[in-house]
Amino acid sequence: MKPIGRGFWRLTMALALALCLGMDAALAEYADVVLNSQAEAQGVRPVIYPHWFHRIRFRCKVCHNELGFEMKVGSNQIDMNKILDGKFCGMCHNGDIAWGTEFCDRCHSGLPGLQTGIRGGSKSTGPGEY
Amino acid sequence: MKLMKRLMAGTVAGVLVATLFASAAHAAEPAAAPAPAAGVNTFNRLMKPKSDRNPAQANDGIHDPTCEGTGLLQLPKEAFKDMPEASSGNYVDWVQALNKQLIKPRYDRKNPNEEPVVLDLDIVREVKGTMPDVVYPHDRHTMWLDCSNCHPDIFIPEKGKNQISMAMILMGQKCGVCHGKVAFPVAECRKCHSKKKDGSGGGKPAAQAEPAKSEPAKKPTK
Ligand code: HEC
Ligand code: HEC
Ligand code: HEC
Ligand code: HEC
Ligand code: HEC
Ligand code: HEC
Repeated sequence: MKPIGRGFWRLTMALALALCLGMDAALAEYADVVLNSQAEAQGVRPVIYPHWFHRIRFRCKVCHNELGFEMKVGSNQIDMNKILDGKFCGMCHNGDIAWGTEFCDRCHSGLPGLQTGIRGGSKSTGPGEY
Repeated sequence: MKLMKRLMAGTVAGVLVATLFASAAHAAEPAAAPAPAAGVNTFNRLMKPKSDRNPAQANDGIHDPTCEGTGLLQLPKEAFKDMPEASSGNYVDWVQALNKQLIKPRYDRKNPNEEPVVLDLDIVREVKGTMPDVVYPHDRHTMWLDCSNCHPDIFIPEKGKNQISMAMILMGQKCGVCHGKVAFPVAECRKCHSKKKDGSGGGKPAAQAEPAKSEPAKKPTK
């Protein structure tokens, strides 16, 4: 088999997978991020971070360059102590730029049992589901 | 007996009227799937209905509807009401929304007046086969992103130094770091494959009336 044949086959498979899997994807809004590395284990609901809501207010660059959020789900070790110290979400959720950390259940609004990851058709690795 | 007849007539008329109404209502629905056959043979089996798009948090499958905070969140449908539509992702054309200043996202966390450093540099990547060539537009990326979001971790800033393929993109590498995650998904082939083999197209899509680079100069109205 010529190499181009194999490449084409792989592409076709990947595309087919991407287009078929999509159908029973969760309904969540595209690019919503579930953060649950410790939350539930510590007795609070998982956190849901909505990209769509924030990108209406900030360019990607603000969080992913200025504030140092790595563009990879799960690679930022976020916890409440850091947030209260003004890091990560706490760079804005400080009662100055946005409402403060006392409103726990606006961030901790996820269903129990959710895994950390990006939702709404998006996937961190492998073809997304649309 | 008479009463019976009248009742029957009434019922018949009622049913008729109801049927008429129903069919009228049905005709008014534009592209809605024809009355779905119950059970397994629905018209669209794999394609999601439009009504599933941008669901309320309370029934999106990840928010806890019993959490008080959930009820306070803004509904995506409300936020997207007047935004230009796209066919996938958030079903919002974010490039147009920004160009038309329907949204004014800050470029700086605190200063609402800071303006982006926009680079107007298109990179054309020739594609073997029938698919149109890929035009990578720096302008529409640098309106959102900083150079260091891509260079040098994702792309070496030198034309031709990066190997990119569709398989890599679908696996979440290269363009797929963002497209398929947060930026418009891979399903919208023509947004990337925009330069026809005969040389037409490419650069700014026709839909984009004004060139993006002249836009961000305007100050957001606080
Ligand atoms: C208000 C802050 C904020 C803004 C603005 C923002 N993001 Fe994010 N982004 C996050 C957070 C938080 C995460 C999750 C990080 C984690 O899990 O450690 C994330 C994750 C990501 C990821 C990783 C996805 C994955 O599956 O690994 C990508 C890609 C990304 N963002 C792209 C973007 C793009 C593109 C934009 C602009 C359109 C953007 N982000 C705007 C905060 C932001
Ligand atoms: C601005 C959003 C936000 C708000 C408001 C918020 N949290 Fe968190 N919280 C987070 C994020 C993000 C994490 C990290 C989630 C993870 O990966 O498990 C977290 C983690 C936690 C954890 C587990 C990790 C740790 O630090 O122990 C606890 C417990 C917690 N939050 C409690 C609270 C309580 C209680 C409140 C209200 C007083 C609150 N949070 C308000 C975003 C928020
Ligand atoms: C760059 C600043 C910034 C960062 C960083 C940021 N937020 Fe926000 N966030 C905002 C602003 C501004 C609002 C709107 C506040 C208001 O309504 O007053 C908001 C609102 C929200 C909302 C409510 C959305 C709604 O429907 O009203 C949630 C939930 C939220 N943020 C979660 C998070 C989490 C979780 C993180 C960290 C992973 C985070 N945010 C990081 C600026 C930020
Ligand atoms: C979203 C990702 C992204 C961002 C952000 C980005 N670039 Fe690029 N850049 C690319 C890609 C993709 C190429 C093409 C690489 C190739 O063809 O192999 C490229 C190529 C280049 C080249 C090489 C051009 C040539 O003809 O050899 C330069 C110079 C460059 N970028 C500078 C910048 C600067 C300066 C910024 C910030 C203002 C920036 N880039 C922001 C993705 C990006
Ligand atoms: C770091 C994140 C990132 C990477 C990497 C990236 N993009 Fe984008 N791209 C975006 C964002 C954000 C937008 C704005 C539109 C949106 O969010 O849907 C965008 C928009 C575009 C547009 C404009 C579409 C229009 O409607 O005019 C094209 C074309 C495009 N990207 C192609 C590419 C190609 C090709 C590559 C790989 C060489 C690439 N992008 C890599 C984030 C990225
Ligand atoms: C985010 C931008 C983007 C989107 C969306 C996109 N492509 Fe591509 N595509 C690329 C890039 C970049 C290449 C590599 C070009 C090169 O060789 O430099 C490519 C290459 C290809 C190739 C050549 C074989 C290969 O794997 O390199 C085919 C065929 C192809 N794409 C088909 C599609 C189809 C079909 C869709 C829609 C389902 C699509 N593409 C959507 C960016 C995109």
